[in-house]
Amino acid sequence: MAAKTIISRPIYGTLSPQPGKHHLFIADAEGALAIVDMAKMAPPGFFGGAEIVFIPGLDGKHVAALEALKPAQFHLAPSFASLLPRLKQTLGNAHMGLRLYLAGTEGLIGQAMQVALEAGIDHTSMQTEHRGSLARRMQCVHCKGITENVTTQPATCSHCGLLLLVRDHYSRRLAAFQGVCINAEDRSEIPPTEEAFP
Amino acid sequence: MSTGTTKLDVVVSDVVPVNELVTRFHFRRRDGELLPTFSGGAHVVVEMRDGDRTRLNPYSLMGSPLDTREYTISVRRDDVGRGGSLFMHRSVKPGLEMVISYPVNLFSLDLRAKKHLMLAGGIGITPFMAQTAQLAGEGGNFELHYTCRTASLATYADVLRERYDRRIRLYHDDRDERIDLDRLLSTQPLGTHLYVCGPAGMINWVRDRATALGWPSEAVHFEHFAAPQPGLPFDVTLAVSGKTIRVGEQQSLLEAIEAAGVDPPYLCRGGVCGQCETNVISYDGKFIHNDHWLSEEDHRSGCKIMPCVSRFEGRSLVLER
Repeated sequence: MAAKTIISRPIYGTLSPQPGKHHLFIADAEGALAIVDMAKMAPPGFFGGAEIVFIPGLDGKHVAALEALKPAQFHLAPSFASLLPRLKQTLGNAHMGLRLYLAGTEGLIGQAMQVALEAGIDHTSMQTEHRGSLARRMQCVHCKGITENVTTQPATCSHCGLLLLVRDHYSRRLAAFQGVCINAEDRSEIPPTEEAFP
Repeated sequence: MSTGTTKLDVVVSDVVPVNELVTRFHFRRRDGELLPTFSGGAHVVVEMRDGDRTRLNPYSLMGSPLDTREYTISVRRDDVGRGGSLFMHRSVKPGLEMVISYPVNLFSLDLRAKKHLMLAGGIGITPFMAQTAQLAGEGGNFELHYTCRTASLATYADVLRERYDRRIRLYHDDRDERIDLDRLLSTQPLGTHLYVCGPAGMINWVRDRATALGWPSEAVHFEHFAAPQPGLPFDVTLAVSGKTIRVGEQQSLLEAIEAAGVDPPYLCRGGVCGQCETNVISYDGKFIHNDHWLSEEDHRSGCKIMPCVSRFEGRSLVLER
């Protein structure tokens, strides 16, 4: 669970079944276990109105556990980019009463939330639960490039190559933490790199 | 002066009977300047000086927010109420100088919405008059469903139909026309916000169905000014100011506190805004809570009261005021 440092740093909760007829789950890797845990509290028939979109990751675990919940629709995707067109279409055709549940890494939760915000869902109306890696999606404030899966502090921008301090300052609009040059005065000054977001 | 209750000196510029129960009042500034900007859903508190008695009642502004030369309110006559609406209908004439508060909005549009779905019941139509004018000026997407008792009491239905045509749906109780609420709520595009203003029963019904059908509370907006209910007189000790006061049968607790020369904060005077929330130091008796502000837990605890609409029956009540 992420600690609150500054106001923009997202806080995640624990998934809980919401009233409504349609439930859309988007999860990656360990996020599947958040859905499985929530299912223990769900009323009978809950998953009959549910769609689960899951990115299993490299080891391919948890697929069977999600299938066992017997959701009305179950869709596997190799990456967030690959599920994006489908997600946009689903939200574009959806009606009020659809509830959204996001579980897994911060990058997945943030990017799915970004699409859902554009579709008109208030961020406080979404159920979120962080599971698995603490890896961050980072925007370089200098070149504006996004670097995925940042686990170190500081981290190198994959676009312009600057060494960046990964801040807790988060943008919901960009779905990214802000990375600011850590050695702007003297580029030869290289602080030690730590594995800060395993 | 209480928070957010800066006053405006106005003159009544017109009084227009709308139907057998509703009359519209127009106010302009006495100094001829423009009135403050407001947004759709805002209300003002009108001071009614009726002999030695002053009533302060909230009314939604119903004119277009694009025109601040005048404010307009519509008042439904309530023959069994505490007399505020009767005073407006009988004693307020063009040319009368009155004092109103700055506008305050506790029922504003969420302009991030993809669509605005509005449900009005009876005189609850008034905030939507301003909101629809605001949205129409911005090309906003809205739909208004308006329930009234009879066609002759469908206040402003003709104006709304003329302005917005098929975006306005009317339901007449005397023709047994009813909103198919579940269907309406289940067929709205994602990103719709719901607004409801009308009698308490209607608001509760709409909120309950919206929750059951999966509408998040962030997308459901409602406004219901509870008029203070009359009741048995009771005595109250104000511990901070060291006064003991009696709340009359037709008086609200807030009015009695003000009459004793104590000036607590207030905004809506209808149990919704939370400004006048008051701590209870001790009590022996039972509370009659009528507000929409405190949680059920607060109501049960006996630690807090909203003096604008709530009352007390019993031996003693001591407030931190």
